[in-house]
Amino acid sequence: MIRVVLPPHLRALAHVEGEVKVEIKGQATQRSVLDALEAGYPMLRGTIRDHVTQQRRPFLRFFACEEDLSHEPPDAPLPDAVASGAEPLFIIGAIAGG
Amino acid sequence: MSKVRVLVGTKKGAFILTSDGKREKWDVSGPHFAGWEIYHVKGSPADPKRLFASQTSGWFGQIIQRSDDGGKTWETPGGEVMPTPGSMPAGASNKFVYDTSAPTGKPLTTHQWYDGTQHAWEFKRVWHLEPSLTDSNTVYAGVEDAAIFRSTDGGKSWHELAGLRGHGTGPKWQPGAGGMCLHTILLDPKTPGRMYIAISAAGAFRTDDGGKTWKPINRGLKSQYIPDPNAEIGHCVHRIALHRSRPNVLFMQKHWDVMRSDDAGDTWHEVSGNLPTDFGFVIDVHAHEPETIYVVPIKSDGEHFPPDGKLRVYRSRKGGNEWEALTKGLPQKDCYVNVLRDAMAVDSLDKCGVYFGTTGGQVYASADAGDNWAPIVRDLPGVLSVEVQTLP
Repeated sequence: MIRVVLPPHLRALAHVEGEVKVEIKGQATQRSVLDALEAGYPMLRGTIRDHVTQQRRPFLRFFACEEDLSHEPPDAPLPDAVASGAEPLFIIGAIAGG
Repeated sequence: MSKVRVLVGTKKGAFILTSDGKREKWDVSGPHFAGWEIYHVKGSPADPKRLFASQTSGWFGQIIQRSDDGGKTWETPGGEVMPTPGSMPAGASNKFVYDTSAPTGKPLTTHQWYDGTQHAWEFKRVWHLEPSLTDSNTVYAGVEDAAIFRSTDGGKSWHELAGLRGHGTGPKWQPGAGGMCLHTILLDPKTPGRMYIAISAAGAFRTDDGGKTWKPINRGLKSQYIPDPNAEIGHCVHRIALHRSRPNVLFMQKHWDVMRSDDAGDTWHEVSGNLPTDFGFVIDVHAHEPETIYVVPIKSDGEHFPPDGKLRVYRSRKGGNEWEALTKGLPQKDCYVNVLRDAMAVDSLDKCGVYFGTTGGQVYASADAGDNWAPIVRDLPGVLSVEVQTLP
């Protein structure tokens, strides 16, 4: 079970409160977590990564275990603490604008 | 008694304002989608309980929302979890991808950038949603970078009508100050297949075959801010309006100049007349008097607020040229708000109601065709769009 913390606007869009938990088959990576997240919450498709290119949207960042994972390859394994559910994967909106 | 529902898009959410036919007391609901920019909310003429909303964000992109109960509850069409994954394209309601396929699409070329260089086409947001006049599942979307999309499944999926972007003049289109947006879509209620659209800053276009092919309709427009003031393409059209009873007569608020066409856009002539400034964004037509039109003159270049700090709607009862200032109930000093291009609408009650919203968050209404005005609400976020539904 992977724990994901969404930014508030995406929690509202997905009609969830608090953390989201997703089941992953195989290795926990950014791609597998986002695939599972979008399968469970289809309204989030296109909001975190582009529909076509699958690239992370430019004003979003990925953090876990106090590390910036935003620029890690999408198929790189996530930290063990995220894969085990001990720590969440944070999806965070860049602080810009009003 | 009839009711009126005013649909307001703002920079930080949507609001729904309702009243009975007297239009004196208003209920305000919202914010819906708090914190998101709501560029446009519009109801289906075929099913007034069905509303579509364009919800957008620089962080999270484009979302389409739909309500089937007049705005009480909302959903992202196709956003529900499918019983069998992959059985249908779930979550595609916010997927706006330019059509470059061989059978129907056009190559994704470039358009002109602010500095005159060529720039790649990039989808940014939906500016305007125009539901079909007859089918509640069909809705058109005008987007930035300029193109028109259509959904025939209630907003679950979208397909570009690529004949517009690809008809040949695209490389000459350029963004206005607000971006290269397709902001106006008018459906002709009398001529099947005929639609008008407008793009800042490319101009106006018409299709007579349901969107397969398009042609520019800008003859007569003069824009001193482009190299050839009479060019076929490049005019910054801010808004077009028509009356349902005679849709071949069009009224236009251009970057400068208020214009009129009596031949479905084939030719235009200026009707700015005695306006204090012929710059502005909105233009609309009285619901029952096809020659009565409204504009809100705005000072420009650069300032984009009412002349002399006086917020005045101007009305012409002769289809232009002769205008009268409507001021009762509107601030006549120290007012420096703007009224954006999609932020005026009329109801179809007798007397005709006129509504507009400001960048200062006020929504003003007149229940007597503009003679007297009062704010419905004063302190919303900056208003991006106003639409009105007249309900039985």
